[in-house]
Amino acid sequence: MLQVSNLNTFYGKIQALHDVSIEVKRGEIVTLIGANGAGKTTLMMSLCGDPRPASGDIIYEGQSLLGMPTAQIMRQGMAIVPEGRRVFARLTVEENLAMGAFFCDDKEVREERLERVLGLFPRLHERFAQRAGTMSGGEQQMLAIGRALMSEPRLLLLDEPSLGLAPIIIQQIFAILEQLREAGVTVFLVEQNANQALKLADRGYVMEHGRVVLEDTGANLLVNEDVRKAYLGG
Amino acid sequence: MRLHFKSAIFSAIVVAILTAVLLGVRLTQAGSQLTVVVADSSVYWKIAAAAGFIFLYNLLRDWIERAKEAIPRPAGFGQRNLLDRPLLQKLVWLIIIIAALAFPFLAGRSQIDLATLVLIYVMLGLGLNIVVGLAGLLDLGYVGFYAVGAYTYALLAQYFGIGFWSGLVASGIMAAFFGFILGFPVLRLRGDYLAIVTLGFGEIIRILLNNLTDITGGPRGIGNIPKPTLFNLEFARRAPEGTQTFHDYFGIAFNSNHRVIFLYLLALVLVLITLFVINRLMRMPIGRTWEAMREDEIACRALGLNPTNIKLSAFTIGATFAGFAGSFFAARQGFISPESFTFIESAIILAIVVLGGMGSQIGVVLAAIIMTVLPELAREFNEYRMLLFGLMMVLMMIWRPQGLLPMKRPHVELRQ
Repeated sequence: MLQVSNLNTFYGKIQALHDVSIEVKRGEIVTLIGANGAGKTTLMMSLCGDPRPASGDIIYEGQSLLGMPTAQIMRQGMAIVPEGRRVFARLTVEENLAMGAFFCDDKEVREERLERVLGLFPRLHERFAQRAGTMSGGEQQMLAIGRALMSEPRLLLLDEPSLGLAPIIIQQIFAILEQLREAGVTVFLVEQNANQALKLADRGYVMEHGRVVLEDTGANLLVNEDVRKAYLGG
Repeated sequence: MRLHFKSAIFSAIVVAILTAVLLGVRLTQAGSQLTVVVADSSVYWKIAAAAGFIFLYNLLRDWIERAKEAIPRPAGFGQRNLLDRPLLQKLVWLIIIIAALAFPFLAGRSQIDLATLVLIYVMLGLGLNIVVGLAGLLDLGYVGFYAVGAYTYALLAQYFGIGFWSGLVASGIMAAFFGFILGFPVLRLRGDYLAIVTLGFGEIIRILLNNLTDITGGPRGIGNIPKPTLFNLEFARRAPEGTQTFHDYFGIAFNSNHRVIFLYLLALVLVLITLFVINRLMRMPIGRTWEAMREDEIACRALGLNPTNIKLSAFTIGATFAGFAGSFFAARQGFISPESFTFIESAIILAIVVLGGMGSQIGVVLAAIIMTVLPELAREFNEYRMLLFGLMMVLMMIWRPQGLLPMKRPHVELRQ
């Protein structure tokens, strides 16, 4: 579904990604783990077209995303939950969700999606008319995911959804990702919380210093000696 | 529950003393001496009645509160703000509009003139509200578009003899074009940097108008700009060749007030159209994207929205209304010069938007009235007026930073 091959990305003169190759197949949950500054978010942003990769290719559903402007890439049936949530703080939950379905012209379809998202996150239903900025971090993260789902993406990119959340909320978020898998959404998950992410994921990649150093199934990576030492606390 | 005897006596005495001094006695000049004139007994009866009322109210406070609570309320009342009810809201708007329509027939000429000025500022405030309040782009050069609108009509009238109505449309288009042009270089700027560039843009336009002496007449300005007509009926004592005057056509005596009233009503119609159009825009997807853009540009891009289009549309549409206001201003004054379009105008318009509450339309209307009428009332303070202005702004920032009437967002209820 998504095929990244030999991607090289630079910030000015500094090379952030070295020959990164990743594949996400339909229906999978794939996770990318790594330490701070390993290039996880850079890879995510390169997928979205900002910064533009210097070389390599990104093929999404048989079509190269290279050279497309960000706004166009995000309309190809792909949605991202950006790092740090980035909900529209002074808009209500309802308006935030409506922005997610901006390019859907059919009112009935929009309402169907809204119902589905609210079913997934009953909490958002309770907070429907509340301004997003006044909600807790966990609720905002749910809103960010819900907003991304409103465009009915075939591929959902998540950038550190567990960032700054309480463990119990993280559990809830991961439970919802599990539900999404059952609903047939393909998920590409970037995480620092390696333990949770690998338990959930079908396959995983480990990144270090801008390179992919390991690639295996989630279960295998969980028991891998090096991974355990580096990311799972021994 | 008890009787508040002490506080009741105390407040009654305070009321009696204050009102007795304020209303009961007056200093007047008799010849070279000041004499104290005591008001007649009816005033004292009123004072006594007021003190008695305050006494009783305070004495029976608890009972009154209880009685108030006992009044049965219709279901769902009191829960929400009264003004949230759509029917009531419409009624309030209707009353305001009728009052505004009736105003010129009841008020004096200078009041109508002032009200017309208020309406021009309302239009400008509403236009800038799109850019600053909704899209969150701090624009300090808004007066530039106002100037473009005014000069477009003035120049078209001077060189091509174009009338007000076609001039109005041309001014709107021209200002929109300039808004679009300005939009491009500032696409990548935000916050302070954006403010500086737009500030510069406003000044460029003014200085350009000042120095293009051959075309615009420079500092001498442009005079004899034709007044608006009503279906080609002139508001003048004698009509120029080939036209007819308003009073001739309707067979009434000439009255110079007709034109003042007509200008006021014209401005009112323009404002109502502006209000309506912007209100619609706010409920349309484009209005939502402006607000989303103000909140988070990156999130907007993540959702597949194109920030370029959003910003350009905000600048263009905002500028259009300034263009309309500008051409009306030129037609009303009959004379314009670059003097009228200095930075202070931009500052006042921005102050109107901030004072009213960013994004709130009714707030802008209220703030425009305050910002225009107050300086008129404070004429006797002369050069201290600006100081009062500043003081008001500071007090606002302390006590009501969200503005007089902060924005209520239109929203629909979720179907259960």
